[in-house]
Amino acid sequence: MAKGIMYIDGQRVPFDGEKNVLAVIRKAGIDMPTFCYYSELSVFGACRMCVVEDEKGKIDASCSMEPRDGMKIRTNTARLLKHRRMILELMLASHCRDCTTCEKSGECHLQELALRFGVRKVRFADTRPQYELDDSTHAIVRDPNKCILCGDCIRVCEEMQGMGILNFAHRGSDLQVTPAFNKKLSETSCVNCGQCAAACPTGAITVYNEIGRAWRALHNPNTRVVVQIAPAVRVAVGEAFGLEPGTNTLDKLVSTLKIMGADEVYDTTFGADLTVMEEAAEFLDRLKKGGPFPMFTSCCPAWIKYLEKENPKYLKNISSCKSPMQMFGAVLKDLYQKKDAEDGRTTFHIAIMPCTAKKVEAGRPEFRHDDVPDVDLVLTTQEVINMIKESGILFAEIEGESPDLPFGMGTGAAAIFGASGGVAEAVARRVVEDKSKNTLQAIQFSGVRGDDAIRAVSLPVGEHMVHIAVVHGLVNAKKLIADIEAGLEYYDLVEVMTCKTGCVGGAGQPHGLTPVKKQRAAGLYEADRAALIKRSERNPLVQEMLETTLKGRTHELLHVSYTGEKK
Amino acid sequence: MRKTKLTRDSFHVFRANARNAYKQSEQRPSVLICAGTGCIAGGAMKIFENIKSECESRGLDVYVGLKHDTPEEKSLHIKMSGCHGFCEMGPLVHIEPMGIMYIHVKPEDCHEILEKTVLGGEIIDRLVYHLDGVAYPKQEDIPFYKGQHRVVLENCGRMDAEDIEEYVAKGGYAAFEKALFEMSDEEICKTIIDSGLRGRGGGGFPAGRKWDGARKQKTEQKYIVCNGDEGDPGAFMDRSIMEGNPHSVLEGMMIAGRAVGSDTGYIYVRAEYPLAVSRLKTAIEKAEKCGLLGDNIMGTDFSFHIHVNKGAGAFVCGEGSALTASIEGNRGMPRVKPPRTIEHGLWAAPTVLNNVETFANVSNIILNGAEWYHNLGTKSSPGTKAFALTGNVVNTGLIEVPMGTTIREVVFDIGGGIPNGKKFKAVQIGGPSGGCCCASEEHLNLPLDFDSLKSIGAMIGSGGLVVMDEDTCMVETARFFMEFTQKESCGKCVPCREGTKRMLEILNRIVNNEGCLEDLDLLEELSETITSTALCGLGQSACKPVQSTLKYFREEYLRHVVDHHCPICNKEKPHPVIDAEKCKGCGKCRKNCPMEAIEGTVKNPHTIDPKKCINCGACVGNCPFGAITAAEEG
Amino acid sequence: MDERLKRVAEIAEEHHCAGANLIAIMQEIQSEFKYLSEQDLTLVAEKLGISTAKVYSVATFYENFSLEPKGKHIIKVCAGTACHVRKSGPIYDAIHDYLELKGKSKTSADGLFTLETVACLGACGLAPVMTIDGEVHAKMTPESAVELLKEIRAKESAE
Repeated sequence: MAKGIMYIDGQRVPFDGEKNVLAVIRKAGIDMPTFCYYSELSVFGACRMCVVEDEKGKIDASCSMEPRDGMKIRTNTARLLKHRRMILELMLASHCRDCTTCEKSGECHLQELALRFGVRKVRFADTRPQYELDDSTHAIVRDPNKCILCGDCIRVCEEMQGMGILNFAHRGSDLQVTPAFNKKLSETSCVNCGQCAAACPTGAITVYNEIGRAWRALHNPNTRVVVQIAPAVRVAVGEAFGLEPGTNTLDKLVSTLKIMGADEVYDTTFGADLTVMEEAAEFLDRLKKGGPFPMFTSCCPAWIKYLEKENPKYLKNISSCKSPMQMFGAVLKDLYQKKDAEDGRTTFHIAIMPCTAKKVEAGRPEFRHDDVPDVDLVLTTQEVINMIKESGILFAEIEGESPDLPFGMGTGAAAIFGASGGVAEAVARRVVEDKSKNTLQAIQFSGVRGDDAIRAVSLPVGEHMVHIAVVHGLVNAKKLIADIEAGLEYYDLVEVMTCKTGCVGGAGQPHGLTPVKKQRAAGLYEADRAALIKRSERNPLVQEMLETTLKGRTHELLHVSYTGEKK
Repeated sequence: MRKTKLTRDSFHVFRANARNAYKQSEQRPSVLICAGTGCIAGGAMKIFENIKSECESRGLDVYVGLKHDTPEEKSLHIKMSGCHGFCEMGPLVHIEPMGIMYIHVKPEDCHEILEKTVLGGEIIDRLVYHLDGVAYPKQEDIPFYKGQHRVVLENCGRMDAEDIEEYVAKGGYAAFEKALFEMSDEEICKTIIDSGLRGRGGGGFPAGRKWDGARKQKTEQKYIVCNGDEGDPGAFMDRSIMEGNPHSVLEGMMIAGRAVGSDTGYIYVRAEYPLAVSRLKTAIEKAEKCGLLGDNIMGTDFSFHIHVNKGAGAFVCGEGSALTASIEGNRGMPRVKPPRTIEHGLWAAPTVLNNVETFANVSNIILNGAEWYHNLGTKSSPGTKAFALTGNVVNTGLIEVPMGTTIREVVFDIGGGIPNGKKFKAVQIGGPSGGCCCASEEHLNLPLDFDSLKSIGAMIGSGGLVVMDEDTCMVETARFFMEFTQKESCGKCVPCREGTKRMLEILNRIVNNEGCLEDLDLLEELSETITSTALCGLGQSACKPVQSTLKYFREEYLRHVVDHHCPICNKEKPHPVIDAEKCKGCGKCRKNCPMEAIEGTVKNPHTIDPKKCINCGACVGNCPFGAITAAEEG
Repeated sequence: MDERLKRVAEIAEEHHCAGANLIAIMQEIQSEFKYLSEQDLTLVAEKLGISTAKVYSVATFYENFSLEPKGKHIIKVCAGTACHVRKSGPIYDAIHDYLELKGKSKTSADGLFTLETVACLGACGLAPVMTIDGEVHAKMTPESAVELLKEIRAKESAE
């Protein structure tokens, strides 16, 4: 990797291994505008906003320039500003300009840069064709009228998730981003991970908005609104209110939601502890019976969707455990039947998730009883943030309170579910026989935590040596399957999270790049460290419930069989 | 097919035999029928068939291709040659050894040609090219050819493109043999560098430097890619070379392969050139059969294979990185550079990418030396350049001239000037990426080479040279090129995708006299942004036709935006007329006319009211008596 | 699987199901069946192990691929510079009118003709040119072009 000194607008800027001049410019403290540059994906070089001028007056895009020692560039010459303004004007001319009512208003990158560069007039006629909106998935909404064709979603879908659902079609001014044959997303193999929406700089791909339904339920006196909050949510909400990423705001969330009208607020970690218990039991059972291996975790609905649509032969490998959210929902709805009958109210269960695929999971027929879903509504972290803003509550300042009981208590093992490797670590804590503090530390440092796309650890369980793998990012999961099929690798248990870094990096979270996602994960590991109870089997409420209400009913309430669907 | 194991010695034997046979056939009468796309479209195949059957009916022993050891006196050699370049005059037929060239030959002329010329030695004056009352029976005397200097095209019209023996007999593959046995990879690169050969595809980058750069890459797999995606409208030099002398392209690529250490080549040909594809495939097959292509060629450790890829209709694939993307089976969208193609080209391997004409020059440089080549053309642009001369010029066709020949020489001496007594207005060079030069004396005397053209905002491009007369509106011309670029933009980068769309909208407005003065400023502003910020070379040069016409023909724009009247575009067109003698007064035209512009009573001649007529032509085709003629334009 | 798809699968296999051959595979399918159907492309994607969106993306990029059935005879009017300068536009317009094409449709109602433009056939010396089913017709006028189509139509209705 190259090292040296560059001169940016006369400033001396050392570089060391930066992939391109753009990265060096940003290091120098200049917020170079871009639309199509996403440091975690390949360089595309299409928006041309990041142009710079060299000493000879030659203009080129900095995202695709190699830093050279002694290189002198300017980032804000009169010509460059003129070109950037023209590019913005051209983009706006082909863009829906109903900004105030746009889902992305306030978060839109095009809006932000148009403001920054003072584009106040568009001199070109509006000749846009009108495209149909696609909200067929109830997870993500595609509005091609707002697409600026930067291709970020295409590269996310292909490079990060290995799915390739979206691609460019046609060319020139007819260029479009679309699934094959202009189909609706629900007719494709899309797994609803929503990473395209997370990457989209404008309102062209957004998360399916269900805030209205949430308010209606909260305002309905005949409805008992019961909320569960997923681990990853608590370490991200604060970002929207000036708190550091990773700050644990669970208690604040509870009090805020109560003010907003929620009747009972619980913690999904309770469901996660149930999951650990059931999944560990299932794994030990498979060890006894000899398979099928690898056993795949079942917490991630996008991962399940992927197997159903693209690789159904592995459905038998998926753990039969419902996800924590669905376990929680099933138990809650079951118990509250009586309560509902007693006070004549209807329980409306809202799950706050970092995830768009959870919205689709909640609607699956497997998770409905008598046509009533176990989870009535899934709100993303971002939707809850918007609701808090709408309510005017000063989130950063509000006094917190603990979640309600009995479902408000989870262990440290459950909290780390939100980070890649967390589920595997929690299950490992449950299945190892030696439960000493040293063993827990040994598991923690075994390599199950970390950034690598695929992480493998081996642990002794009884007379077996158990091989566990952790993978995040669907493209890496596909690679892992290919390696298993090629006989290159063998695993007994594999934790798969569709999104990079796990649920903390879910598409329902506020926008953030990997460093932010890592801070959130650190927040969860901190919650684990601070927790008095670190192992799921020690959760007294879970233990009690397994021995009382759930006795003999675990199969009915906590397990599911995915039969797959024809793609 | 069994492949012969070729050695250097057996290649010499093969060549000696071929030369021998060639010498023999030179003594005998032969008929060469131009089988370029142009002449085939004019009926060359039918002429070939007719000559053949005429001969057979006379009991003449007809043979196609070289024939060895034939003592037969009464035999006739028929060849399908490559393009002679004089497409305007096609179909063309050559009769050797007399050296006669016939033009505009029709199938029914074949009998006479055989009877009188081939067997009787008599020249048929009717089929000979005439200019200003002078007959030019021999090709080399015709002014169109006289001013040319043919290196790359030399053999195009003289030999059977499908015959590898004839190519070898004429010295083909000798350069490859030399490169293979007598030169090191470094020496080959040095020779090409020293020759000053610059890429003929448009950019004019020194070919040798490209080769040497790829040579120095320490990668096992490297590729040689030949760009035959000649997409500029009005350019067909590369097509003629691929059709007329495909082996010269293969040989150039093989030498490049030897120089950089590559064993695989790809030729990417646009889909609109089916004949070029088939000629190249035949040539590759024959070279493989001889053992000139394949593994361990002539017993050395050098192996080389060539594949032909057919384009699928995208002008942008002429851009290097788009072309390699297309070979890889992707959308032909250019990518950002660096890394450069010589480091990271086809399948991420070091790749040498040159166009057809560049590769076709290589064998001559290797054989004759760098200095020979450097002495052709100008100092900074050595060698010759092929141009496709088209548009409003008397002699359209394919020409080759030394670099530095002036536009005046090309248009007036070789091209024969402007037809129909019209005045010359401009030359458009380099296709949609090039500019329009104006008629000022200064520009007419401009030498055609890379650097001189750049100095006036034009570029040599691949070599399309379209002549425009006084009846051409330059605003309309700029609009035409913008429409082309806009249609062919890949759509990747914002300035090109959105910018060219807006420029076309504005130009359409201007041409329709609905523009305003501010539109000219907007055009200039857009041009600047697109030129400075577009991703690829095509986008960066997309505005050249607009910028150059704005600069040199601003008054024509002003006529459109200030006067709202262009004397060229808005010239009153004469209306169709009804011939009173032929008209029987049936009234059909009257009923068909959408404007009720035709008056007349039954059985009496009808008339057209020019004030009402909109020139739709509905009456013309429908007259049962052929009494209505569309007025001649101009 | 119907006959057409069987043949499509065969074509993919003849090209070793290699992603790099996607364009060649689609060219061959189109030359046999005149257009690429959704089923064709979905099968090709499956065979080549690439996403359908990618195949669709490549198919819609290149001018030569048609995703809709075409007419029996394909007319291409050259829109190159030389032809343009020698007035190829009115030829296209005349054919367009003769075939009574409306909107974006390129194929005549009777399914007999599809009208397209082509970026320079390279037969500039013969400008303006058009091709009908690949055969080049030189130095056309609006009248002679329509005349040619009338002949073909007459021949077709006679059969």
